[in-house]
Amino acid sequence: MRRALGAVAVHAVALAGATLTLLPLVWMVSASFMPAGEAGAVPLRLWPSTPTLEHYRALFARLDLGRHLAASAGLATATTLIALACNTLAGYAFAKLPFPGREAVFRGLLAALLVPGQVAMLPLFLLVRTLGLVDTFLGVLVPGMASVFGIFLVRQYARGIPDGILDAARVDGAGEGRVFLRVALPLCAPILITLAVFAFLGAWNDFIWPLVVLADERRYTLPVALANLVGEHVQDTELMMAGAVLTVAPVIVLFLALQRWYVAGITSGSLKE
Amino acid sequence: MTVRSRAGLLFVAPALSLLAIFFLVPVVAALLLAATDFDVYTIADLRHLRLVGLDNFRRLLGDPRVHRAFANTLWFVVVAGPLSIGVSLAAALLLNATALRGRAVFRTIFFLPVVTTLVAVAVVWRYLYHPRHGLLNQLLAALGVSPIDWLGDPDWALPALVLLAVWKNFGFNMLVFVAGLQAIPDRLYEAARLDGAGWWARFRHVTVPMLAPTFLFVGVITTIGYLQLFAEPYVMTQGGPADATLSVVLLMYEEGFRWWNLGYGSALAFVLLVVIVLLSVAQLALQRRSLAIEAPAGGRP
Repeated sequence: MRRALGAVAVHAVALAGATLTLLPLVWMVSASFMPAGEAGAVPLRLWPSTPTLEHYRALFARLDLGRHLAASAGLATATTLIALACNTLAGYAFAKLPFPGREAVFRGLLAALLVPGQVAMLPLFLLVRTLGLVDTFLGVLVPGMASVFGIFLVRQYARGIPDGILDAARVDGAGEGRVFLRVALPLCAPILITLAVFAFLGAWNDFIWPLVVLADERRYTLPVALANLVGEHVQDTELMMAGAVLTVAPVIVLFLALQRWYVAGITSGSLKE
Repeated sequence: MTVRSRAGLLFVAPALSLLAIFFLVPVVAALLLAATDFDVYTIADLRHLRLVGLDNFRRLLGDPRVHRAFANTLWFVVVAGPLSIGVSLAAALLLNATALRGRAVFRTIFFLPVVTTLVAVAVVWRYLYHPRHGLLNQLLAALGVSPIDWLGDPDWALPALVLLAVWKNFGFNMLVFVAGLQAIPDRLYEAARLDGAGWWARFRHVTVPMLAPTFLFVGVITTIGYLQLFAEPYVMTQGGPADATLSVVLLMYEEGFRWWNLGYGSALAFVLLVVIVLLSVAQLALQRRSLAIEAPAGGRP
């Protein structure tokens, strides 16, 4: 009896928590389909009276959101590919290739985890400006190309590869590049997916840096374009909700598809060492 | 030099060069910049640059907006930090309850806000907080609470941002806690149960001490994250009303990129870095001490 009551209580709390967690997102989606003005109705409407796509149409036709969607997708994809290449090479070397000063450099990298990116932002802007990269996509890309967290993630995983497998390939005459590409890389596949998801989500959701670097409105990424849009369209609740849905939907879909790896990355990053 | 160490250097070269150029150099440059009067005139012509020593830091000490930004940011950390961690732990305990069915679904739902784009959800919450027809006030009205001007009232604006931050972030630490809970050996709970320990006693004397390393990790990353509060006030309140939600990074952004006071802004960024490092080190020391007291020797593998 007591156990049954406990089970009921656990599920009641879980359902209440899930409802509260989902409420803002559900309302966002629902309001994006409401006819103009309905989202501000008193008393509150939870569902559109007559669902409409007019706000999505307006976003693409009138406000050119497709362009920002493409900018975000392109930048996030490029960041992911470059970050994968740089961090995987480095993480593998920190795990498996002893070189002079390796441990000292790695400790330095770990200390750098404490330093927030914002501290470097003002000089970084001057640097990017000197390189002539202000208001270019490359300028947005630059700080995300390598990350300490990514290197750390790959290193932790690559340490689990038995040395014997690598040595066997070496005995067969494979050079270090070949050992990495043919033997280590396939074994690291799960952590590469984790790293890719982290890099993509991080780049897609980033706000302050693209906001600083990009000047021409036509180049804005989705979050920057959205923040810009609130200024002019603050009264158009339903339109803004459609914009928010378009910004959030791709990352939610990506997360739902690959959450197994994303979750593994969080728990491995926090537990080991 | 062996083939392997040459390969190692070659492999780390791209990542380390990128980090050196776009992270290490700017961090060091921030300190140098903080000792100059780099401003909008310097941007136009570098010959205007002068070394001013500690002048920027002296000015920071007497600047009421800086005091306000630090007070707001620390208030945010002190309130939102423990609240987030508490909600995360509660959610993790819930997910770890043996009676719970559909665990994976609940875990996914609780985690969903973490992956969402902060700017987008900040826009959504702006409307949820609308004083007249926002969802929150309409729900409160149903409970008989009179409407609150969440983002317009200086007393409520920062708590409103806290609520958003807790909703957005609790899922991340929840996962870390779940991993920590699963690492606690069942035999400890069984032994406690044999000793007649109830639910609370088991939580207090087994779960909490065994989670000490997890608390440390979660505490440090949450503090560091919240000290960098920026997008929420930028999108929702622009730091207002009356600077009630002005955060350190928002002020740095305004000084640096709106007024082009890069020297002064860098000094501000540097003070933030010092605060972050000091708080992290203090948390480490504090938790290490309580760890030594609470965890039985050899308790954790």
